[in-house]
Amino acid sequence: MSLWKHHGNLERHSLLLIIGIVVVVSIGGLVEIAPLFWIKNTIEKVEGVRPYTPLELAGRDIYIREGCYTCHSQMIRPLRDEVERYGHYSLAAESMYDHPFQWGSKRTGPDLARVGGKYSDDWHRDHLVNPRSVVPESLMPPYAFLATKDLRTIDLQAKVKAMTAVGVPYTQEQIDQTLVDLQAQADPFSSDAPALRKRYGAKVVNRDFDGDPERLTEMDALIAYLQMLGTMVDFSTYQADAPANQR
Amino acid sequence: MSDDPLFQLQAYIFVAAAVIGGFSLNAAMSGGLLNNDASKYMDGVVRAGVIATMFWGAVGMLVGVVVASQLTWPEIFYFSDFGWLNFGRLRPLHTSAVVFAFGGNALICTSFYVVQRTCRARLFGGVLPWFVFWGYQLFIVLAAVGYLAGITQSKEYAEPEWVVDLWLTVVWVGYLFTFLGTIWKRKEPHIYVANWFYLAMIVTVALLHIVNNLVVPVGILNHSSVPLFGGVQSALTQWWYGHNAVGFFLTAGFLAIMYYFVPKRIGRPIYSYRLSIVHFWALIFIYIWAGPHHLHYTALPQWAQTLGMTFSIMLWMPSWGGMINGLMTLSGAWDKLRTDPVVRMMVVAIAFYGMSTFEGPVMSIRAVNALSHYTDWTIGHVHSGALGWVGFISFGAIYCLVPWLWKKDRLYSNNLVEWHFWIATTGIVLYICAMWVSGIMEGLMWREYTPQGFLAWSFIETVSAKHVENIIRTVGGLMFLSGTLIMIYNLWRTVRLPSVETSDALSAPLPAAA
Repeated sequence: MSLWKHHGNLERHSLLLIIGIVVVVSIGGLVEIAPLFWIKNTIEKVEGVRPYTPLELAGRDIYIREGCYTCHSQMIRPLRDEVERYGHYSLAAESMYDHPFQWGSKRTGPDLARVGGKYSDDWHRDHLVNPRSVVPESLMPPYAFLATKDLRTIDLQAKVKAMTAVGVPYTQEQIDQTLVDLQAQADPFSSDAPALRKRYGAKVVNRDFDGDPERLTEMDALIAYLQMLGTMVDFSTYQADAPANQR
Repeated sequence: MSDDPLFQLQAYIFVAAAVIGGFSLNAAMSGGLLNNDASKYMDGVVRAGVIATMFWGAVGMLVGVVVASQLTWPEIFYFSDFGWLNFGRLRPLHTSAVVFAFGGNALICTSFYVVQRTCRARLFGGVLPWFVFWGYQLFIVLAAVGYLAGITQSKEYAEPEWVVDLWLTVVWVGYLFTFLGTIWKRKEPHIYVANWFYLAMIVTVALLHIVNNLVVPVGILNHSSVPLFGGVQSALTQWWYGHNAVGFFLTAGFLAIMYYFVPKRIGRPIYSYRLSIVHFWALIFIYIWAGPHHLHYTALPQWAQTLGMTFSIMLWMPSWGGMINGLMTLSGAWDKLRTDPVVRMMVVAIAFYGMSTFEGPVMSIRAVNALSHYTDWTIGHVHSGALGWVGFISFGAIYCLVPWLWKKDRLYSNNLVEWHFWIATTGIVLYICAMWVSGIMEGLMWREYTPQGFLAWSFIETVSAKHVENIIRTVGGLMFLSGTLIMIYNLWRTVRLPSVETSDALSAPLPAAA
C-alpha cells in the first residue's frame, strides 16, 4: 500500500519527522487546555474569594516549601463521603488566585481544602511541633523548627507585585501596605487591623497565631494560612444547582 | 549580590561548576583528549552516562527506601530539629532522582549509543555531547540540593524553580542538536525506529517543560517565582505536563531503548515495521490527551475530564502495540528467556509495561478513579511502571552496554544477573501487591458507612490500617535496591575483566526491520 511508502519520506527527512511530531503532539493540549481560558463558566461566580493577605501568602509559601502538597490534597470531590467528611465540594473559584494550584494528588493525610477554623491555633501549633502529641497514629513529619524561625519578609512585596503581574487583583494600596498588613494580622492588638480588614474583608482575623507574641515566626504564617483555607465562600448563599454553576 | 540565601546557594553551585568545568575543558584540550576522530564512535560520554545512570539509580532508590521507612516508622526516621530530611522535601528528591537522574541519564547515554550505531556516524558537535552530559548532572545537583534546601514550585515532577528550569532548557537544546546533528550526518538513508521515539521524547519534553514552567520571577536575584497560570488552568497544564512526562520521558524514550536493545541482544529483527509506524503515531497523538484523568471529580470542567478519560482508554491500544512488537520480536528465539537472564529482564520489563498500560486505562475510568484517586493504588501503579518497565529495560540495556563499551566478551557473572533479576522482581511484586491492598482498602474505608448512615472510619483509622502494607512496601523497595547494588558490583567486576580486541570504527551492522 502506498501509505507505507509515504511514511518513508518521514524516515528520510528528520525535519519532516520533527514537524510531524510537533503537529501531532500539539493537538490534544490545544483542544483541552486552551478553551479553559475563554469558556466563561469554567470558574463559578461566587462571593467572597479574595487574594491572600500577606501573612497568608507567606504561610502558603511555607506550605509549598515543605512539600505539604505531597501528602495533603486541597480538592474535595462531589462524592457523598467526601462532602460529609470534609465539607462542601471544592469550587474552581476557590483556587483561582492559587499560582500554582495546590489541589494535590495524594491523601497520605486528610484533605485540607476546608481545614480553616476546624481546630484551634493551639492545636495546630502542637500538631506541627509534634504531630504524634495530638494524633498518636500520625505519620506526619515534625515541624518544630517553624516556631523558632523568624518569617522572612524582605521579598514579600516583590512577591505580591509578581502575583499582580499574572493577574491576581491586588490593589496598589494592598501592594504598598504589604508589610504593614503582615505585621497587623499577627498582632492581636494592632491599630492597623481595621485598615487590614478594609483591604481584605471583614472575615480577616488578627491574632497571635503561634502563641509567641515576641516574634513573627514561620509558624504564625503557616497557621494563618491553614486557618483561612476554605473559609472564604459563604456556602449558605451558594446555589450549587443554579444553571450558571453547572459545568 | 542577592540577599536571598537560597538564590546564593544556587549561584555558588553554579559558579563552582563553571570553574571546575572551565579547568577540566582547558586540561582536556591541552592534553589532547578532545581529538574528534570522525572515523570512530564517541563512546567516552556513553561510558560516563552508564556510570551516572547506576550512581543516580542507587541514590534515588535509597531515598525511596528512606521515605518508605518514614511512612512506616515515623518515630525513627524523622528529625524534629531540621526540615530538610522531612518527607515533603525528600519525596521530590526521590521522584526526581529516579525519573530524571536515573531515567534521564539512561535515556541520554543509550540515545548517544544508539544514534551513532544506527546512523553509522560519530556524535555531532565535538565537545557538545560532554556539555550535555555534565550540564545535565549539574541540573540534577542544583535541583536535588534545592529540594533539600526548600526550593520548589510544588508542581509534581516539575519542582525545580525558574533558574534551574532555564539551565535545563539550555542543556536540553544542546541535547536536541547533538542528537539531530548526528542524524543529519547519518550514512543510512532511513532513520531507525528507535530514533523516532528518542526524537519524539526530546522534542515533546522540551515543549512540555517550557509551557509548564512559564513563570514570573519574584526578582532577578530571587530563587522563587509565580507561575503564569493559576487554579484550574494551572492544574490542567500541570497534569498535561505530568502525564506526558510519563508518556514521553518514561514511555517513548524507553520504547526507543526496547527497539534497539531487544532485537540487537537476541539477534532477530523487529517483529513488525508497520506496527511500529502505527503505534508510534497513535501513541504520541493519544498520550497528550490523557492528562485530565488526574483530575477526575475535581473542579476541572466535566467535558475536559471526559475527554481525558476517553483518550486514556484509547491509549491502551497503541501501548499494547509497543508491547506486542517487543515481545513478538522473540518469536523463534524464546529459548533465550531460559538461557540469557538479560533477555529475560528486558522481556519482563515489556510484560510490566503491558500490565501497567492496562492498569492505567482502568484507573482512568471515572468510576474506578473515584475509588483509586488519592490512595496508595496510584503509588503502586506508578511503581509497576517505574520499577518494572523503566527500571528493568534500563538494567537490560546497561547489562548489554557495559561489555560492549568496555570491550569485554561477557559479563562478569550471569549468576549475579539471575540474583538481581529474582530479588528485584520479588521486590516489585511485594511492592505493588502491598499498594493494591492498602490503596483499595483505604479507598473503601473512606467511603464506608455504618448501618445508621454515619461514616464508618475516622481518617486516622485508615492511616493506621495500612501499617503492615507499609512495612511490606519498604521491604519490597529494599529488595529492589539490593538488586541494583548487586548489579553495580557485577558491572564493576565486568569492567575489570581483561579486554578483548573489538573495533570502535563506524561499521556495526543495524538490527534490520522486518
